[in-house]
Amino acid sequence: MFLKNWWKLLSFFLLLYTFTAGFLGKVPARPILNETIRNLYFHVAMWFGMMIFFIVSVIYSIKYLRHNRPSDDIYAVEFARTGIVFGLLGLITGSVWAKYTWGDFWSNDPKQLGAAIALLIYLAYFVLRNSLTDLDKSARISAVYNVFAFAMLFPTIWIIPRLVESLHPGGMGNPALDTKDIDSRMRVIFWFGAIPGWTLLGVWITTLRTRLQLLSLKHELHG
Amino acid sequence: MFRSSRLIMALIKKDVLLEFRQQYSFYGVLLYVASTIFVLYLAMGQPENTIWNGLFWMMQLFICVSAIAKTFLQEGKGRQLYFYSICSPVHFILARMIFNAALMLLMNLISLSLFSLLLGYPLAHPLLFLGISCFGACSVSLVFSFLAAIAARAQQNAALMAILGFPLIIPQLMLLMRLSTLAFSDVFQSGLTSIILLLASFDIMIVVLSVILFPFLWKD
Repeated sequence: MFLKNWWKLLSFFLLLYTFTAGFLGKVPARPILNETIRNLYFHVAMWFGMMIFFIVSVIYSIKYLRHNRPSDDIYAVEFARTGIVFGLLGLITGSVWAKYTWGDFWSNDPKQLGAAIALLIYLAYFVLRNSLTDLDKSARISAVYNVFAFAMLFPTIWIIPRLVESLHPGGMGNPALDTKDIDSRMRVIFWFGAIPGWTLLGVWITTLRTRLQLLSLKHELHG
Repeated sequence: MFRSSRLIMALIKKDVLLEFRQQYSFYGVLLYVASTIFVLYLAMGQPENTIWNGLFWMMQLFICVSAIAKTFLQEGKGRQLYFYSICSPVHFILARMIFNAALMLLMNLISLSLFSLLLGYPLAHPLLFLGISCFGACSVSLVFSFLAAIAARAQQNAALMAILGFPLIIPQLMLLMRLSTLAFSDVFQSGLTSIILLLASFDIMIVVLSVILFPFLWKD
């Protein structure tokens, strides 16, 4: 039991570490950011999680198109679903952060717009799925859309923010964060605590949902 | 190579012929263009540059959706089955994309002339704007050709095409709007070539993806 579920425990302890060290630990005092810099452990980690889940989802979609296994489709859908949840949380934590640093919850920043577009695209994926009643057809067509949308979306998220000016840190080079703002202590919590912790939690949620979906699929097929 | 280009030509010719035989749908889209621009004229009069630009591209988007939706959605199940038996999906989607791009170019020319007739003519570099709008019309039509193919599979639902397409097209549309602001003033702005290259590589990527993915939509 322990050997099989070690990563769930790991996720729990990493998040425990992130919360305690993140809220109680020392952070460098930067102008404007001040104590809000602690949001790094939550906001940025959400986006990392979202990207990872969307990438995994598209990999499962490609696998589905190649082998036509219904389980691959279920994995693709559930990872996309968790990705949307993480994206929404990232948007919310981001706009709270923006309220205290940029002065407003929403300021039409290219990165906020990019995030909103990404969520709209993946919500459309679910609309497309539900508009098709035939299981096999719905799986195949939504897999095609998933691959197409992914290929259209990610260049825009990675390229366009570098072309237009933005309030968000990391305009040149890295689109997500400015590595100069954080010190080595924060870096450890961020890379070894927050990102793996949140990502593993997302994987945990997804596996619970996929198990449920696989069971109900089995039930449907065999009665 | 030669054979497939001949096949694609034949398919395009089929589309053009159909368009000539069923002129009502072409005139329908044309009337849609004219009435949209007229309504915009009644609502806005002659707006300033940025609004002119924004309205123009939004109108292009709506024209594109209605012009391209009909090419896939007007085909019944029987006709799709017939195409399925006579040609390969790659030829089919390439022919459809070329035809749609040509259709959108025509619509673009018509709508641009009507638009400048009614909503004023603030352009400093008309030829540059014409070039950008033709380029934009082609790019938008490529994306919507593929989405129309998806929507056609999903119970012929035209509203679905807008839901799928609008979020996907926003980045391209934003780049095009940015590009076309260059045509309004004499001030030279940098970044022109990088945006054009970016858009062109997007177009190539869309064509490649459609060629790869369309066969999966095709088999039923």
